Amino acid sequence: MPKRGLRVTALWFFLVPSLALIMTFFFLPVVLTVLISFTDMTQTFEWHWVGVQNYINIITDPWMPKIFKNTIFYVFTTLVCFNVGLALIISLITTHINEKVGAAFRALWLLPRITPSTVYVLLWLWATRDKSSLFNWLLSFMGIPPANWALSRPWLLVILINGFVGVSFGMIIFTAALKSISRDLIWAAKVDGASTWQQIRYVELPLIKWPLLFVTAYQTLSLLTSYEYILIATDGGPGFYDTEVWALHVWHLGFKQYGGMLHLGYGSALAVFLVIMGVVLSVIYLKIFRFKELMVEPKIEV
Amino acid sequence: MSWKRYIGSGLMYAFLVAVTAPVVLLYALLFITSFSTNVVGLMPQGITLKFWRIVLSGEIKVPGAGGYYYYPNLYLVMGNTFLLAITVAVSEVILSSLAGYALSRFKFRGRPQLLGLILVLHSFPGVALLIALFYILNMMGLYDTLVGVIIIKIALDLPLDVWIMKGFFDGIPWDLEMSALIDGCNRIQTWWKVLLPTVRNGLMAVLIFGFLSGWSEFIYILTFISSQKYWTLSMLIYALKSSEYMYVSPALTAAAAIIYMIPVIIFFLTAQKYLLRIQIAAKGVV
Repeated sequence: MPKRGLRVTALWFFLVPSLALIMTFFFLPVVLTVLISFTDMTQTFEWHWVGVQNYINIITDPWMPKIFKNTIFYVFTTLVCFNVGLALIISLITTHINEKVGAAFRALWLLPRITPSTVYVLLWLWATRDKSSLFNWLLSFMGIPPANWALSRPWLLVILINGFVGVSFGMIIFTAALKSISRDLIWAAKVDGASTWQQIRYVELPLIKWPLLFVTAYQTLSLLTSYEYILIATDGGPGFYDTEVWALHVWHLGFKQYGGMLHLGYGSALAVFLVIMGVVLSVIYLKIFRFKELMVEPKIEV
Repeated sequence: MSWKRYIGSGLMYAFLVAVTAPVVLLYALLFITSFSTNVVGLMPQGITLKFWRIVLSGEIKVPGAGGYYYYPNLYLVMGNTFLLAITVAVSEVILSSLAGYALSRFKFRGRPQLLGLILVLHSFPGVALLIALFYILNMMGLYDTLVGVIIIKIALDLPLDVWIMKGFFDGIPWDLEMSALIDGCNRIQTWWKVLLPTVRNGLMAVLIFGFLSGWSEFIYILTFISSQKYWTLSMLIYALKSSEYMYVSPALTAAAAIIYMIPVIIFFLTAQKYLLRIQIAAKGVV
C-alpha cells in the first residue's frame, strides 16, 4: 500500500486542476455577484457601495411589473403547451404506434435541441416573415392573412421557438417512464376490455405521475432562466420590453448600454433575485414532490 | 370494435404528423434557401450556386453604402469555432476524469461538502454569473480573448462532467483496482492504466457533448468577444441575420448555416441512441 504522503500527492494531482477552475470561474462569480449587487458598478468597474438601493430599485422600477408579468406568462404558457403538454402527447402517441415509426418521430424532435441556437432561430424568422415565407404561405390556404410574426405576434413566435426546443426533454423522460410500465398491467387492462383511451387514462397516466411532476418542476426552473432564443429572435421587442423576460433583462442591464452605461450593479441585484426565485421554487418542489423519489434513473432507453 | 381502433390510430398519426411537420419543413427550408435566389413557400424561384461559391471561397462581402462590407474570412471563423470546441471537449475529458476518479475513490476530509457544492453549482443559472464573469475576465486581461471564453465554458460545464464521470467510476468494482494496487501500481498508474480504459463510454460522452456544446456556443461569444477576428460561426450567422434587411441574401446565410450544421448532422445520423443518453445525463437526471 502506498504511503500517506504519496496518497496526498495523488489526491492533489487528481482534484486540484478541476477545483481551481471551478472555484475561480464558478464559485467566486457567485460570491462576486452578491457583492456587486450592493454597488452601482458600471463599465469602469469601480466599487461604490450603495447598500440595498438596487433592491429598492427593483421594487420601484416602473418597468419591473411588466417584465415580471412577461416572465410568468412565458414560463407558464411554454411549460403547459410544450415542455409538458405536447411532450406528454407525443410520448403517448409514439409509444402506442409501431415502435420504429415512433422512434423516428421522437428522433426528429431532437433536431431543434441540437441545432445551434442562431441557426434554429433564423429558420423560424425566415418562415414567418412576409407573405411568401413558409408558414405564412401555408396558413394563407386556411385563410389566415400573412404577417411578420416577430412584429405582430411576438409572443406566439417566442413561445413556438422555445416550445419546439423544450419538447424533447419531457418527451425522453415520459417515453422512458411509459416503456418501463409492466406489460402485465397493460394486458390486464386490455383483457378487461379497456379502450386505448381508458388504458392511458386509468393505467398509464397514474403510473407516470412522478416523472410528470419532475419534468414540470425541472422545466419551470430552466425556463425561468432561459433567454438565449428570445435574445436572438426579438431581443425583448418589438416594442419597449414587449417580450423582455427577467433573465434577458439581466443580460441587457449588464451588456447593453442604456444612456451610455452598463448597469452592472442593478443587473447583479436582478440576478440575485432570479436565483432566490429559483431556490424558493425548488425548495417548494422538494417539499411537495419529494424530489428524491423522482431522481431515479430511467431504466429503459428511449 | 376494430374500425374504431383504425380511426383512433389514424387520428393519432394525423396529429403526430401535423405537429412534427414544422420541424421537418424548417430544415427543408434551410436546404432549399441555400440554392435559391428567392423562395416562395418551399418553391425556389431560380436555382443558383452563386452563394455557395461565395461562401466556400471564404470571402464573404456584401455591397454597402460606401463600397463593400467585409465579414471575417469564413475559414478563420471556422478555425476559431473548431479550436474552441476541441479545446473545451479535450480539457473537459481530462479534468473530469481526474476529478471524477478522486471523488469516487478517495476518502478525504470535506468530501461530502465538496460533492454537495458540485451538485448545487451544477443547477446554478448561468445568466446570473455573467456580470461577475465579465468583471473577472477584465481583471485578468482575458476579456475579448478566445482563451477567456474557453476557460469559462470549461469551468461552467465541469461540475456536470465531474458528476457524470464520478458515476462511471462508481460503477467499476473495487477488485479491479485492488489487484492493480497490490501488484505495485500507485494511484495515478492505476487510474491511467486500469480504470480509464474501462470508462471509455463515459469519456466519449463527455467528449462529444463538450464538442457540440463548444461548437454551438453563442452567448459567451456575444458577451465576451468584441473583435471580429475571434468570431465563431454562431456569431457570423447572427451578424449575417442581423444585416439581412440590408444587403445580405438569405441564400448566403443559409449556405454558411449548413456548413455550421455539418458536425451536428453527422452526430444526429450516427450517434442518436448515444445522444438520448447524454441528453438525459446532461439535464441532471443522473
